[in-house]
Amino acid sequence: MEYKDEKLVEEKVFKDPVHRYIHVRDKVIWDVIGTSEFQRLRRIKQLGTTYLVFHGAEHSRFHHSLGVYEIVRRIIDDGFSGRPEWNSDERLVTMCAALLHDLGHGPFSHAFENVFDLDHEQFTQAILLGDTEVNAVLRRVAPDFPQKVADIIGKTYPDKLVVSLISSQIDADRMDYLQRDAYFTGVSYGHFDMERILRVMRPTEEQAVIKYSGMHAVEDYIMSRYQMYWQVYFHPVSRSAEVILTKILHRAKQLHENGYIFKQEPVHFRSFFDKTFKLEDYIALDESILLTYFQMWMKEDDPILADLCYRFINRRLFQYAEFDPAKEYRKIGELEQLFKDAGIDPAYYLVTDSSSDLPYDFYGPGEENERLPIYLQMPNGELSELSRSSDVVDAISGKRRTDHKIYFPEDVLEAGKEQNPLYGRILHMLKG
Amino acid sequence: MLQEHAKIVQFISMANEVTGRKKLQKMIYIAKKMNFPFAEKYELHMYGPYSEELTLRIEELREMGFLSEQCTDKGSYVQYSYQVTEEGEGFLETADAPPEMLSSCIARMNVKSSRFLELVSTLLYFDHLEKDEQIAKVLIVKNKLNFTAEEVTSAFEFISEMQANSVQ
Repeated sequence: MEYKDEKLVEEKVFKDPVHRYIHVRDKVIWDVIGTSEFQRLRRIKQLGTTYLVFHGAEHSRFHHSLGVYEIVRRIIDDGFSGRPEWNSDERLVTMCAALLHDLGHGPFSHAFENVFDLDHEQFTQAILLGDTEVNAVLRRVAPDFPQKVADIIGKTYPDKLVVSLISSQIDADRMDYLQRDAYFTGVSYGHFDMERILRVMRPTEEQAVIKYSGMHAVEDYIMSRYQMYWQVYFHPVSRSAEVILTKILHRAKQLHENGYIFKQEPVHFRSFFDKTFKLEDYIALDESILLTYFQMWMKEDDPILADLCYRFINRRLFQYAEFDPAKEYRKIGELEQLFKDAGIDPAYYLVTDSSSDLPYDFYGPGEENERLPIYLQMPNGELSELSRSSDVVDAISGKRRTDHKIYFPEDVLEAGKEQNPLYGRILHMLKG
Repeated sequence: MLQEHAKIVQFISMANEVTGRKKLQKMIYIAKKMNFPFAEKYELHMYGPYSEELTLRIEELREMGFLSEQCTDKGSYVQYSYQVTEEGEGFLETADAPPEMLSSCIARMNVKSSRFLELVSTLLYFDHLEKDEQIAKVLIVKNKLNFTAEEVTSAFEFISEMQANSVQ
């Protein structure tokens, strides 16, 4: 029997709080899960700094990746299998892409990528195609199999239906993370009837669509997404932790460039500071390593690095104030000057941050059609864009909500305002 | 502070006007590939490299009143064009000076069609591949656009010209 068709003698299951069980029968899937690059995802939290607000949010990208795999497996085996629009040759490659779609995420991805100008999508491609254990497993299926998996994840695969299962406005990725993040944060948003959606999902040549009778389940999914973004993903305190994390990495990089002698040599970071890193340097990083450095750097002589690390480790986060850039952009310049005059470096202690979300969007035919809409399959077989049938979705379609905040060390300013009148002026400008 | 927003306003100000959301997306991508410092992350979408972050930034800048968006009904589709408002010019006074050569880079791109820039940007998206593979990949992912051999040749010539005038 060819490796691609090999089945485990007995089905393996992972107990999962969201899907109850993750079922693995294919030998290839089992072998991929066992690779060191996939196991590394256990050490990368799914929600980064959110655990500092919702203490349950300690779940990892390993959990989520298994969840996405399980949803795709169910879509294919329970929903699409045997339908003429579905090509059964795509089963294994689609499941591998689902399992591996987040493989390139690094520790605290958002901040790390921002500071070192990296892109986790490129690392996903590099791990799949490089000299790695994952690549060795995938190559046993066929020499071009790793590239096919990479193409699905990179959205350049010719079969658009396959791509849509992993990346679209209603894909397995979102269906898993909304439910999983809701479960682990403990919030009551984020729940929707996924069973119903999977039952009414149908394959077409271009993408997966939803039978009209499942419209209400999809409405619930869109609203869940909307709530989760504002209640969890953009939580201002979690953003504050992210701001400090980003500034720690910026500071460490700056100190390295200035020739600063670290007490705790940043061995794991040096190649990223110098932009000479190799794939193995990236794979060697995880969140435990970063947190270990932050612990050590609390004892550094550089007061800014030591303070920022202390703040992150001990959750002494920055305070925030609402900020309207349209009216207040000049105020930022004034504040920066005041911070400098007061002896506080604004590059590290005065930070603007924007959060923005578009819960659902569709575009008519034409130049701007970049987001693939969700289509309902009507009783006569025709496809209709979701917001044409759903008043609920129509009400929020294309409506972006944006929130701007400015972060600052209120504790320092409050403690020092008696001694330094500039601190008081800064507080007055920020808080009114 | 807001420097990434300022760079986009600066870009459109230097172009005077950019017609078409797709065109603006591709122009920024190409500039980024020429090592001009834009922070927006791109992925491949149905019309080539596309940045959700850029879409978001443009919408924010429009809401802030720094950019104006004109909408023209073209029959089968709607076309948007962008210009910097008076408030936007005021905002630019707080920005750092733009990199040298950005202005000529923008001028070269702005006279090209959106279709051509889509081809150029998609070729650049696959520039880690050998040239033959790069072309093959573009023809697969852009199969509906039926790019001709002449168009592909012109796109490569354009890329060479741009690279000769890029940030080293």
